[in-house]
Amino acid sequence: MNNLNFILPEIFISLTIMFLLVLGVFKKKSSSLVHYLSMGFLLITGILILNNPLDLNTTLFNGSYIIDNLSSFMKILTILAGSIVLSISRKYLKLYKIFLIEYPILILCSILGMMVMISSNDLMVFYIGLELQSLALYVLASFNREELKSSESGVKYFVLSALSSGLLLYGCSLIYGFSGSTNFNIISDSINPDNYTLTFGIVFILVGLAFKISAVPFHMWAPDVYEGSPTSVTLFFSIVPKVAALTVFIRFLYVPFINLIDQWQTIIIFISIASMIFGAVAAIGQKNLKRLVAYSSISHIGYTLAGLAVGNNEGIQSSIVYISIYIVMNLGLFTCLLMMKRNDQYFETINDLSGISKNHPILSISLLFILFSLAGIPPLAGFFAKFYVFKSVIEESMYFLAIVGLLSTVIASFYYLRIIKVMYFDQEKEKYDTDHSISLKLSLTFSTLLILLYFIFPSKLVEIVSRINII
Amino acid sequence: MDFPILSSLILLPTIGALFLLFSKDKESNTGKYVALFTSSVNFFVSIYLWFLFDPTISNFQFIEDREWLIGFINYKVGIDGISILFIILTTFITPLCIISVNNIIKNRLRDFLIAILIMESLMIGVFCSLDLVVFYLFFEAGLIPMFLIIGIWGGSRRVYSAFKFFLYTLLGSVLMLVAIISIYWISGTTDVEQLYDLGINSKYQNLLWLAFFSSFAVKTPMWPVHTWLPDAHVEAPTAGSVLLAAILLKMAGYGFIRFSIGLFPLASEVFTPLIYILSLIAIIYTSLVALMQDDMKKLIAYSSVAHMGYVTLGIFTNTQQGIEGSIIQMISHGFVSAALFFCVGVLYDRMHSRLIITYGGLVSVMPKYSILFMVFTLAALGLPGTTGFIGEFLVLLGAFKDNFLVAVIASLGVILGAAYMLWLYRRVIFGKLINNNLLKIKDLNNSEKFILWSLAFPVLFLGFYPELLSNTIEISVNNLIDMYESNLSMYMPEVQKNE
Repeated sequence: MNNLNFILPEIFISLTIMFLLVLGVFKKKSSSLVHYLSMGFLLITGILILNNPLDLNTTLFNGSYIIDNLSSFMKILTILAGSIVLSISRKYLKLYKIFLIEYPILILCSILGMMVMISSNDLMVFYIGLELQSLALYVLASFNREELKSSESGVKYFVLSALSSGLLLYGCSLIYGFSGSTNFNIISDSINPDNYTLTFGIVFILVGLAFKISAVPFHMWAPDVYEGSPTSVTLFFSIVPKVAALTVFIRFLYVPFINLIDQWQTIIIFISIASMIFGAVAAIGQKNLKRLVAYSSISHIGYTLAGLAVGNNEGIQSSIVYISIYIVMNLGLFTCLLMMKRNDQYFETINDLSGISKNHPILSISLLFILFSLAGIPPLAGFFAKFYVFKSVIEESMYFLAIVGLLSTVIASFYYLRIIKVMYFDQEKEKYDTDHSISLKLSLTFSTLLILLYFIFPSKLVEIVSRINII
Repeated sequence: MDFPILSSLILLPTIGALFLLFSKDKESNTGKYVALFTSSVNFFVSIYLWFLFDPTISNFQFIEDREWLIGFINYKVGIDGISILFIILTTFITPLCIISVNNIIKNRLRDFLIAILIMESLMIGVFCSLDLVVFYLFFEAGLIPMFLIIGIWGGSRRVYSAFKFFLYTLLGSVLMLVAIISIYWISGTTDVEQLYDLGINSKYQNLLWLAFFSSFAVKTPMWPVHTWLPDAHVEAPTAGSVLLAAILLKMAGYGFIRFSIGLFPLASEVFTPLIYILSLIAIIYTSLVALMQDDMKKLIAYSSVAHMGYVTLGIFTNTQQGIEGSIIQMISHGFVSAALFFCVGVLYDRMHSRLIITYGGLVSVMPKYSILFMVFTLAALGLPGTTGFIGEFLVLLGAFKDNFLVAVIASLGVILGAAYMLWLYRRVIFGKLINNNLLKIKDLNNSEKFILWSLAFPVLFLGFYPELLSNTIEISVNNLIDMYESNLSMYMPEVQKNE
């Protein structure tokens, strides 16, 4: 019974989902209410998580579920990002006539799945969480069912994701077969570093996870799905599931298999380098901003994984700092995308940004900072994110990874610059609407200020993250 | 010293920029006065700083040390005799840029002024940061405003130039970032003062030196990575070219002195021949290229590469004369190239052409302009009595001490320099007035006169009285060389043993 206290947030969010479903069915035209309520309940869930004592480190249900600083931090990140996504997507959804009760409920479902993933300390629990979030995401991807592209992206995502889940499950069964348990701690105790058979299981699971965070070479789905899905869903895709998947990555690699680091380190380094370079090179030719974000997120995942490849707490912390800053930058970027509306239509190609600096100075200067930050130019937040990652990478003398990574930032900066060029150097076009909702304005202001002023207090985030010690 | 005078020097222009950002009207001149006011105040503060500065102490002064990345890196700034001169150069050139703006920038005046002020903040930051990471931050951040200055307000090929400028410099700098982080793990700190005391393990010096070199060589720019410079210069608006030539290029020269020589003496000794060769190629080759240019701005841009060749040559002679000469050459080039770009700007504003062919016989229609242009032409080719002479002379003196052949070849560059500058002057100012449009051209107006005279004054004054500069830098340079020599003598036997 005592266990239930610790998973109060999860219980609360499940009850919320059921309550909202009932409310949505029985009350007519309740989509706006459900939308607001789900945001409110999400924030309450966040408070419930904060309610847990600091530096708590406890496992529940026979060690299959873990509550520690990592899980609390990542859950809060997920929930904050989720509620911001909900709040800034209202107008977009209304315009495309998909402002339905299912939308917030599905997002809540997937967040619940992610919370389970984040806290999982057992292969089974982890898989349940993963499937819960994936199922919700399949539906979300094809949420705009009138549109061909959206349905297509939903199906594409479903088929490929199911394949990767299959591989993952196969990996789980292999690991169970070789170690005799699905619990991370028990696996960890039963490992013999000279035994190579477990590596098969690890590889299969890494493939599945790499698919979920769209790391090269399992990234094929990302550009199509990002482009086809409704913009608000793309925003959700590009940030929230990555947090959960990254947490599982951390826990899976560092709790049971830390002793096999020699075997998985090369894999992670390869995935990381491939993602950084591929993401940077492939984005150069893109015309659609959402597609471009897909490639840029691939390359950013590469940097996040570079931190994971290091094999110590500093490396993990730098990855977490990176993903946190990345979330802020991507939120800002998508807020700008959601502001590009004219005559009841949203625009999403790079050329639509042409010359907006003349008509929309504030929007364009924010986007300018966000893009430079994504490119990793100091003194913006994105630079510090990269700085921490490479600091820990170089500490372990992985110079090749560091140099390749930094060189690919140069390639990547080219396509960010191209957007800036279109915004600032090209001829202006028609004005966009300026009657943005207050939440869009707030989100843009906050993300830009965070990015811009991060250098004044660069230690705050690191201080919080430094409480996370896995090894 | 309790009052954080250096931080306020860095912050003042940014505060001015913030004021501008929140001002309502975009095109009127009020913004210009605000910008001019802040940058002039900054200039006077920096002059005051020069008075407070004690040139007889070899240590860094006015040090501020604050916790920044806690437990890792401190925000640390401070100056010695070398940095103070560059700070004054920055604060001196910026107001002149702002005065020049009204003629050139028609659209988005306010944004342009903001970019220039931010640029000033960052450049001052570069010259007084005493921590490698802080230095890198300022060094790289300058890319953003400069990219916008070239790209928004530049000439017809501005996009190409802006991209080239940005990507070249970024590519050079990322390797430096790797090196900086490595230094942190090798020595446990990135504090320059502590690193001077500790020294860096001789095993790593060569690689680290190369990483820093890759960044500074692009920024200097040295042959063969100089190609971004003519493009960027030609396409940037006058004020942008001035900032670029007068101050941005000096960041690399400053970096060579402060970091390459200061931190990696052993590696510097190893790579001196490389620097000599690249510098000599820069001096001779780009001088020849400059001779062939038909675009005035491009000609001056190539001459900048040649002048910076002297700077790098002087720095790596590792003699008192050589390094002092390099610093004076940089300061002098700051004034002279700024003035030459202003001169070209004056003509471009009137005729909208930078081609030499357009002009000729200006002496009869623009006598005042011709006189000032003469002064700067002569300063650029290093006539005694101008700062250009002092710099080049000291550099060559240092080079003679170190390597006779190098000095002889470098001296040839002086002749070539005289050739292209005088030929430019002859073609633009003398000759027959063929182009009839030139008959209506107006001579300098008041603000142009003010800009050019205020640049001519230090060129001539310091040309006759260089002690003002050399007194300030002498002790610091001396200290640097002492440190260099002692490091060499400490490690050299060890290196030989290893061999």
